[in-house]
Amino acid sequence: MVEHAEIRMVHRGGSKINFREPVITNDSRFLLCAAGESVNVYSTSTEEYVHDLQGHTDLVTGVVLNPSNHLQVYSCSADGTVRLWDFTDAILIKTFIIGYPIYSIYVSEKHGGVVFLVVPMADYKSSELFQLVAVHLPHSGDQEVEARELSAVLCDVSPHAGAASFGREGEYIASVKGLQLEVFFFKKQKSYRFSLKSGMKKGAKNAFTCVSCHPKEDCIATGHEDGKIRMWRNFNQKKEYTYSTLHWHHGAVNTLCFTPEGTNLLSGGIESVLVHWHYTQENQKDFLPRLGAAITHIAVSPDGSLFSTSHSDNKITIIQSCVKVSAVIQGLVKGDGVWTNLIIDPRSKALVLNGKPGHLQFYSLHRDKQLYNLEIVQQEYIHEEGLDQFEVVNAAFDARGNWLATVEERRKKGAELEITLKLWAYDELTQSFVLNTTVTAPHEDQITAMFFSPSPETTMLVTTSLDGHFKAWLLADHSDANEGFWACDFVGGYHLLKPGCCSFSADGSLLSVGFQEVVTVWSPASWELLTTLSQPPGAIRDLCFGRLSCSKYLLGASTKNQLCCWNLLTCSLEWSTPMDVSLLQADPLSENMAAFCSQSGSSDLFVFKPSEPRPLYSQKALCTGKVQHAVFAPRDQMLESCEERTQWLNRSQLYFFTQHMDLLTFSTKTEEDRLLASSKQLMVDDSVAVTPFYLLLGKHRGQQLEKQEALTNPMAERTQLPQGSIAIKELLHTPAHVLPSASFLCAMFVRSLLISSSSAREEKEHEEGEREKEEEDSEGEADPRLGESAAWGPPEEFGAPALTKAQERELRKVKTFDHSWLSSLLDC
Amino acid sequence: MASFKSTKIPIYPKLGEKVTPDTLYWKNYKAPVQIKEFGAVTSIDFSSLAPHNYAVTASTRIHIYGPFSTEPVKTFTRFKDTAYSGKFRSDGQLLVAGCEDSMVRLFDVSGKVALRVFKGHTKGVHVTDFTSDCYHILTGSDDYTCRLWDIPNSTELTSYKEHTDYIRCGITSKLNRDIFITGSYDHTLRMFDARVEKSVMTMDHSQPVESVLLYPSEGLLVSAGGRYVKVWDLLKGGQPLVSLKNHHKTVTCLSLSSNGQRLLSASLDRHVKIYNTTNYKVVHNFDYAASILSLALAPDDESIVVGMTNGVLSIKHRKSPEEKREMAGKQRMQPVYRIFVKGRNYVPKKDDFLVSKPVKSHLAKYDKQLKKFNISKALDTALEPEITVAVMKELDRRGTLKNALAGRDEQNLSQLLNFLIGNVVDPRFTPVLVTATEMILDIYQAVVGQSSVVDRQLVRLQELVEREVDYQQDLLEVLGMLDTLFAASLPRKEVPCPGSKTVL
Repeated sequence: MVEHAEIRMVHRGGSKINFREPVITNDSRFLLCAAGESVNVYSTSTEEYVHDLQGHTDLVTGVVLNPSNHLQVYSCSADGTVRLWDFTDAILIKTFIIGYPIYSIYVSEKHGGVVFLVVPMADYKSSELFQLVAVHLPHSGDQEVEARELSAVLCDVSPHAGAASFGREGEYIASVKGLQLEVFFFKKQKSYRFSLKSGMKKGAKNAFTCVSCHPKEDCIATGHEDGKIRMWRNFNQKKEYTYSTLHWHHGAVNTLCFTPEGTNLLSGGIESVLVHWHYTQENQKDFLPRLGAAITHIAVSPDGSLFSTSHSDNKITIIQSCVKVSAVIQGLVKGDGVWTNLIIDPRSKALVLNGKPGHLQFYSLHRDKQLYNLEIVQQEYIHEEGLDQFEVVNAAFDARGNWLATVEERRKKGAELEITLKLWAYDELTQSFVLNTTVTAPHEDQITAMFFSPSPETTMLVTTSLDGHFKAWLLADHSDANEGFWACDFVGGYHLLKPGCCSFSADGSLLSVGFQEVVTVWSPASWELLTTLSQPPGAIRDLCFGRLSCSKYLLGASTKNQLCCWNLLTCSLEWSTPMDVSLLQADPLSENMAAFCSQSGSSDLFVFKPSEPRPLYSQKALCTGKVQHAVFAPRDQMLESCEERTQWLNRSQLYFFTQHMDLLTFSTKTEEDRLLASSKQLMVDDSVAVTPFYLLLGKHRGQQLEKQEALTNPMAERTQLPQGSIAIKELLHTPAHVLPSASFLCAMFVRSLLISSSSAREEKEHEEGEREKEEEDSEGEADPRLGESAAWGPPEEFGAPALTKAQERELRKVKTFDHSWLSSLLDC
Repeated sequence: MASFKSTKIPIYPKLGEKVTPDTLYWKNYKAPVQIKEFGAVTSIDFSSLAPHNYAVTASTRIHIYGPFSTEPVKTFTRFKDTAYSGKFRSDGQLLVAGCEDSMVRLFDVSGKVALRVFKGHTKGVHVTDFTSDCYHILTGSDDYTCRLWDIPNSTELTSYKEHTDYIRCGITSKLNRDIFITGSYDHTLRMFDARVEKSVMTMDHSQPVESVLLYPSEGLLVSAGGRYVKVWDLLKGGQPLVSLKNHHKTVTCLSLSSNGQRLLSASLDRHVKIYNTTNYKVVHNFDYAASILSLALAPDDESIVVGMTNGVLSIKHRKSPEEKREMAGKQRMQPVYRIFVKGRNYVPKKDDFLVSKPVKSHLAKYDKQLKKFNISKALDTALEPEITVAVMKELDRRGTLKNALAGRDEQNLSQLLNFLIGNVVDPRFTPVLVTATEMILDIYQAVVGQSSVVDRQLVRLQELVEREVDYQQDLLEVLGMLDTLFAASLPRKEVPCPGSKTVL
């Protein structure tokens, strides 16, 4: 097989933003967090993504503000570099090459030019033992600097982010690991160790989980696995140290953080409650409950006005003055696993999969943003470890997106399975799904597959279960009630075999159910068993009907390394190949099929048409481990690639989940070019907080600026440019009671954004910036200008001293700008 | 921030009868009024004249009751022997009744003394009726004859002696003054035309006929005799249409509901069954205390009157719409204080500024406790079995059911055990309660023998469970037997071998 350079595998869908503690900038305007191989910058006020700092080649493991320059951040990564960034402009200033994978980074104001890194012990190649090292960052003008002068501070530290903390004015550093707290004093160059008994006998778990030092006083707070917080004092000697204990958490304390003034201590754990301890009165505490998921990190802005909590469901919450949640930054929720298939919502074209516990998340692939969470289980979630919770294990949409079926189950240890089938109707009014029918215990055992019939006449759902039956559910029409409910219509089985998969043909006229080794084909209209197909040995794992021109083919993947293709017209085997197909997926918009094969620890992908013997595309060693789920997502714009190898990506895009819960997709060169072009357009000035409105206006202004630079005569332009912004300012600053009604203004504004067809035609040869200018004109002036341009036409054609393009443009601008569009608005 | 989600109380499917429009219609009657008569009530007839009084024939009297009176408004006592079949004329002015002494008496409804006495029968007269022209009377007697009498002249017009046994029922056509039908203990129904000498149609019911009924269209005839109710098509020459066997004792009386859509049959087995006249399926059923001899419905089904062998007359009146509304109103909550102060009908004026107040969601008591993680209290505050089971399920999900069940004193524990004894065999709750029972047994193993109350309850629980296990075993056995029976009764079909179809 030939490697296809033009098809590239790319990561999609929010990398983990809760991996490390986020950083809030000094002016509290931005929040920086490590996200996969880059550092994302978000606006704290609007929760909008601003830009990212790209450059690392491996997981970013820590972000800290440069203590000597509050506009710069250090980031460290597992690729063995520390990079210094200007985060406002997303510029990489310097790269320090350390040479070892770095697990976390600490800095202190007192130690200027030194960063403290957690790296593996040099002599232990296996990543079992870690040490804290101080690195002097050399002053040098070069972009890339080697900084290999490491001086060990502490040996045997924990690689976790919250396991070390600088004390008052950077005089000492405290680190915890296991049952030991170690404090290193820089002045004395001496460390003290304090150990706790394991306490296992008394039912206590004393192991340390995190540490935080008071910024003003000599006090260290440590969190423990059994939910206790210990406040250590007097620790500058070995003997007479003291500690007091605070206890509220019932699970482990995940994170601790002192506020900058040291008046409060914040703690969080699995309970998803932010606990707010008063430092002087230790018995007093405030709570901020119901934050949604277990708290993994807490960060406080340098002025103490904003808190941010990272949560286990890949979410960052920004909390204002410790009482009000002001913003939520939500990434793609990656829970413990994805049990549902990846599905595409036919309405919103969003990817639907398990989200928060008991929820389905709708994730927009094109915007890389979570749209919303649909609550399925509708039960109070108890934040406690070791509980068997209800989980959504299956979901399916009908062809038009009017119905959603979900299966939730809860398996108790040693007790019977609780299954609930729920059917949700799409409500146009609220634009969301509303529960229509709940079926408790639809089957006696696990439901293995669930599909809606694609035929437009009937809404039918088929579920197959390990109890040996498959059931068809129909919407029982009730003429008097406005909404019907779902009821079981047919129960089918085949020789008490357990059905493992099912598939509808593209028109819904055939249903195939795989009963272990036998594939049965049924007619859903009469529930007649039409035929059986089998190709032993090996149970059928996946079934798929061909689409469009290949609809006469039925494909089945069996456990014993076989991919079979049956011709349904002759009921005979068309072809079969020895392949260990773990996942078979059909593209709904073309005949193409994707088969993922797992071979010796890695996965291969084959894209083929059932009618053709040769695969369209194949990729060996796609990723390590088995591909769990995959889906073809239709594109909103078709690509016009003629290349044979990339043609299969024209209509839809293949997304898949690897074993490590990474969402990957394939991207082609043409697509990347297009993306690059669109991202350039969206360059944003960061002097204003990013809002959708700003994106609209900011685009204008950015392009005006660009154009200004491009112009040959900048002087004339400079006098005019402010006018445009003044016009907007005037609109925004005019008292509201003077302005005409908003609906009037809105229509005007929207119309002004449209390019009138005639002017668009006229300006095809012009630059894009030109067009932007005209959009700002009120449409009232469009007509005279058109007349003018027509009047200008002849001299040019007659070969009279032609105006240069720039001059012509300027002339026009003078014309359009002396009556500002707003003044015309205000007149009427 | 999400709010607390309350415990889901699952809706269990109601077992037993389904609620249909019929059930709602026929259930919409008040509790019956009972009146004791002097003997078995043999006949009830409603006057067609408003206010629809009805004549009740029992023993030697005929009582006339008003629609809502429990005391008779009028009594006819001039009978020497048991009276039968008191019937109003269609104008409601005259009343005719037969008697065991073979005489037929005609009364004015307002008078007391019989206007006419028709003599001629030789044995007791059980059947009387007016013809549709109001001038003749039909009678049927135990002397096997049926006769027509002229009212003005008080003379006998014709006599038919075709039946070979007692005539116990008969009806005149409402559309034709000459046609009438009689039913007899000789198992036959005969239709007579007064203009001809002989019966024009004979139908064999094959049981002694107790009651006959004509549909308003008079195309169909219904007869009751023995345990059967049969429907005959008169237009097809008396062809039997349906035979219904829904009673397990003799059917004594038939009646039609006011719109003619439902047929009612009363029987000695103390039931009144209501049939749909389109498919003749039983749609509803009334139970009474004694064997029923007579049944009548007031116009518009305003009341159902039933007479029984023990002399009790039971009258059920339909609930009026106001009463229904009253019932619904009682369930409505009291208005909240602020509305109460303003006046409950206060409508905001045009210029009023409406301040919308966020609706406070109220949690149930057990949810409040669950929110605070007070698990034992939550279990104690859940009252109804459905709710208790739902709370138990929720606690089980939280992994704290054992804690909630533990640590109870004798009184508390016996309450719990009482609940278990009451509900553990309920198939809706069994899955949850079995786990709870096992947990209780585990927890309180150590204290068995310390309290006699608890011990007694434990023994009861054990017996209950053992009995239930036996039941289940029996049921499984029956199921197995049925399966074999069904398998044997199914016609054998040649099943194509699945292997032969599979093409490899």
